[in-house]
Amino acid sequence: MLAKRIIPCLDIKDGRTVKGVNFVDLRDAGDPVELAEIYSKAGADELVFLDISATEQKRKTLAELVYHVAEKVNIPFTVGGGISSVEDVDILLHNGADKVSINSSAVKNPQLINDLVAKFGSQCIVVAIDAKQIDGEWKVHLIGGKVPTELNLFDWAKEVEERGAGEILFTSMDHDGTKDGFANEALARLSTELNIPIIASGGAGNMQHFVDTFTKGKADAALAASVFHFKEIEIKDLKKKIQENGIPVRLQ
Amino acid sequence: MKIVIINYGAGNIQSIKFAINRLGYEAVLSHDVKEIQQADKVIFPGVGEASSAMKKLEDSGLDKVIPLLKQPVLGICLGMQLMCNSSEEGNTKGLGIFDVDVVRFSEKVKVPQIGWNQISNLKSDLFKNIAEKEHIYLVHSFYAPICNETIAESEYDLNYSAALGKDNFYGTQFHPEKSSEVGENILRNFLKLETAK
Repeated sequence: MLAKRIIPCLDIKDGRTVKGVNFVDLRDAGDPVELAEIYSKAGADELVFLDISATEQKRKTLAELVYHVAEKVNIPFTVGGGISSVEDVDILLHNGADKVSINSSAVKNPQLINDLVAKFGSQCIVVAIDAKQIDGEWKVHLIGGKVPTELNLFDWAKEVEERGAGEILFTSMDHDGTKDGFANEALARLSTELNIPIIASGGAGNMQHFVDTFTKGKADAALAASVFHFKEIEIKDLKKKIQENGIPVRLQ
Repeated sequence: MKIVIINYGAGNIQSIKFAINRLGYEAVLSHDVKEIQQADKVIFPGVGEASSAMKKLEDSGLDKVIPLLKQPVLGICLGMQLMCNSSEEGNTKGLGIFDVDVVRFSEKVKVPQIGWNQISNLKSDLFKNIAEKEHIYLVHSFYAPICNETIAESEYDLNYSAALGKDNFYGTQFHPEKSSEVGENILRNFLKLETAK
């Protein structure tokens, strides 16, 4: 059976991990390659690198990082953050990224999804959607959730699927950082209305939250950052717990 | 040992090259017919759309070269699919090495299948010392149904071929280069196959 995926997310700035990472066994706490290797050995199913730097130099630095990650890591990884053209994607995939994730650039220019899919195939194009509820309606937000748009989450998700994206990474800004659980109601609706995999993001605080997002939220994968970086949850324990709940998961 | 990864402009070949390096071998990327024919092992990758990848093979003449190779050849993902008779993706014919037609998953399941699934019914030296039910990583919308040349099965929507094998030709629907230690062991098994020239 296809296993549910656990995906640690690493925030990257100028080629280094930013968010506080509490790994005593790390030689260099800012080295994304070393952290990626540790997560891969710990049983992560996939990794996401989210580049949050905004300098001219960033594209080159990110491409170099991708190359070094691909050199060392034997599980798939996705790269996102500031990707806005076919050329950007070409470099990242060429250097060894398995998938790329686009967000604001897809909202500003939806045709970009079609262009990327035509050139590289659905399987490597992830569209990330940040949304929060305004007066009870889920609205898509841009720039890391700072700028609201008029787009309804479910309409936009449907359009993203129709344009050929292979996967959706949905972050609930209402849940992100709360450690109160994932946005399971919205996730379940996305998973039912769409026929592509949905990655849940935002709200992971304990192991039960992951179980809930796979059962109640019908998510295909769950992404989290701080609970893994601060070792509040060990991936091995988490996967055992998920399996005990009768959910298919990859154990090493 | 000379390992050649066929470079015909399709797919993420860097990852395969790195995976081979991690096993302690070197691989070269090439579209040169002679270099491919003289290799001890040939890897035939592929990511993307079937009909346009097939067109690239035809344009370069490799469609005539690959089916006649005598050394072990491993097709990965779309590479494996192109080694079949045909694919429903872009309604293209394939290289006709494996006698099976590639079709699309039904709407009963999410397409593409993305993630880790299990392999079973393992029937080849490619899977030497690999346990049944191990997880491997796949990303695909099309699949080869079970046939006489199936050497590993997986289940999604229905049972389908996770790997195919015939004479010196092997194909995996999954990505051994992205399938953690299990994938590395499968790649190592391939590289240790005997080379007949």
